[in-house]
Amino acid sequence: MIKLSLKEAMKIGFIGGGRLAYALANGFISAGLAKPDEITASCHPADTVSAEAFKSLGATALFENKSVVERSEIVIISVKPDVVVPALQDVKGLPASKNKLFISVAMGVSTGTIEKALPIEARVIRVMPNTPALVKEGAAALSRGSKATAEDAKIAADLFRAVGTCDEVPEYQMDAVTALSGSGPAYVYMLIESLADGGVRCGLPRDLAMRLATQTTLGSAAMLRNGGHPAAMKDNVTSPGGSTAEGTYHLEQNGFRSAIIGAVMAATDRCKVVNKELNQ
Amino acid sequence: MSFNLGFIGGGNMSTAIFKGIQKNDNHPVSKIWVAGPRLNSLQHWKESGANVTTKNGELVNNCDVIFIGVKPGVLNEALMNCLDSLSVLGAKNVLFISMLVGINIEYLHKAIKRLPVQSSVIRILPNTPMAVGAGSCLYTPDINVTQEQCTLFEKLLEGCGVCEKVSETLMDSLGILTGCGPAFMYIVIEALADGAVKQGVPRAIALRHAAQMMVGSGEMVLQTGKHPGTLKDEVCSPGGCTICGVTALENGKLRATLISAVEAAVLKGKEMGKK
Repeated sequence: MIKLSLKEAMKIGFIGGGRLAYALANGFISAGLAKPDEITASCHPADTVSAEAFKSLGATALFENKSVVERSEIVIISVKPDVVVPALQDVKGLPASKNKLFISVAMGVSTGTIEKALPIEARVIRVMPNTPALVKEGAAALSRGSKATAEDAKIAADLFRAVGTCDEVPEYQMDAVTALSGSGPAYVYMLIESLADGGVRCGLPRDLAMRLATQTTLGSAAMLRNGGHPAAMKDNVTSPGGSTAEGTYHLEQNGFRSAIIGAVMAATDRCKVVNKELNQ
Repeated sequence: MSFNLGFIGGGNMSTAIFKGIQKNDNHPVSKIWVAGPRLNSLQHWKESGANVTTKNGELVNNCDVIFIGVKPGVLNEALMNCLDSLSVLGAKNVLFISMLVGINIEYLHKAIKRLPVQSSVIRILPNTPMAVGAGSCLYTPDINVTQEQCTLFEKLLEGCGVCEKVSETLMDSLGILTGCGPAFMYIVIEALADGAVKQGVPRAIALRHAAQMMVGSGEMVLQTGKHPGTLKDEVCSPGGCTICGVTALENGKLRATLISAVEAAVLKGKEMGKK
């Protein structure tokens, strides 16, 4: 039976009960979108740590995939990208797979590839999450497969909003999304570490510099939460003839903006290359 | 307005102000005077109908409001020239309007004290687009200048564009931006036109539209009150042409270059002021 909205908790399964799956399960439970005893995860037989983590949530941890599909209304595919197709072999022939919503969080794996690995009736949605989902500050984007409905997309979005933000995008934008929000945390960590290095260079103790750098980054982003333009925010901090103007000038002279734009472009191009191979 | 208006120094900036004043048509050109060392440089003033002389003192004799538009380095020489040809004393009250870059009110007072007239000073930083009514004139009056004189001054420059009273501290920074800025923008206009010509556009139409586009962009900032960052975003559609051009600009560090240009001009202004 297909529920049209998430007013009630749904039965959710995870093929691949790793760290991201755990973070999602945890988020869904906190948001009341799933009950612990209605969550099922399959882990690799050797991965008892992950299995124990799911059990500690009150969920069921198994070592095979078929039961995950049979016990759930929504199945989240959270194995590594190169394991997706092999993992779905187990459930392709299952009658239960026909009327399920499959949500893949595997990076770079297209909805087309997933659809080929499942029965023709299965509805597929692909989501690109990012690592801060682990602390409920994720930035996710989803794309629909050929059979997924608007309701499916809404359900998926609601689920991912339990761990951050979620926007729907046409699938061709996924490479750019991956380069921005997927890889983005790496760029930001570089910024944070460099700010801290700068602080240490100017005489601050490392742990203080690191705390200030981290909180400053977090706080700056938080100020944009309810709208506003970063350029206007920059202006608000930059008093005439002050130290901020000096600092931002240094960044401009050293091509800061250009470097970041270039990073997103380079990562997008790389995504396209990698995904081509992945989705053959 | 029936007062006599004078310009000591009839170069590019004085000429631009003169043209802007004429646009508003409320100052009869027969009541405008200009003085400079070489009469042949003042031909265009004569042709417009202004009174032309090589004796700066004649302006002080005849005019109530006098723009000082000589190069900062020759201020004292210009004032000495005044003394030679002066024939009024004591009671006359003159409003001097100085456009000398880097020369502050304190220095102007000391210099003008040599003239045997009562004087008050307004320091200004004008720009050449005042000639076409789209200029910017920042001004700081000294303590002797009355509100009435400020009003008269603003009315005089009505046809020149924006006229705004500011504290003297802004003259050496904001004033440099508005004064020198047109030159920076001419470079931008020319280069954009070069870009278009490189793509096959005839020069004349490229130049005309590069200039119009710049006017339009300025008007958008002034009239919408939106942040230029927001306005930029509104033009840049995802993966489109504009963002490709913007990326090229960022790669070329345009922002840093412009910041450096303002800084270089401001530092030079300060240096000139010290001398």
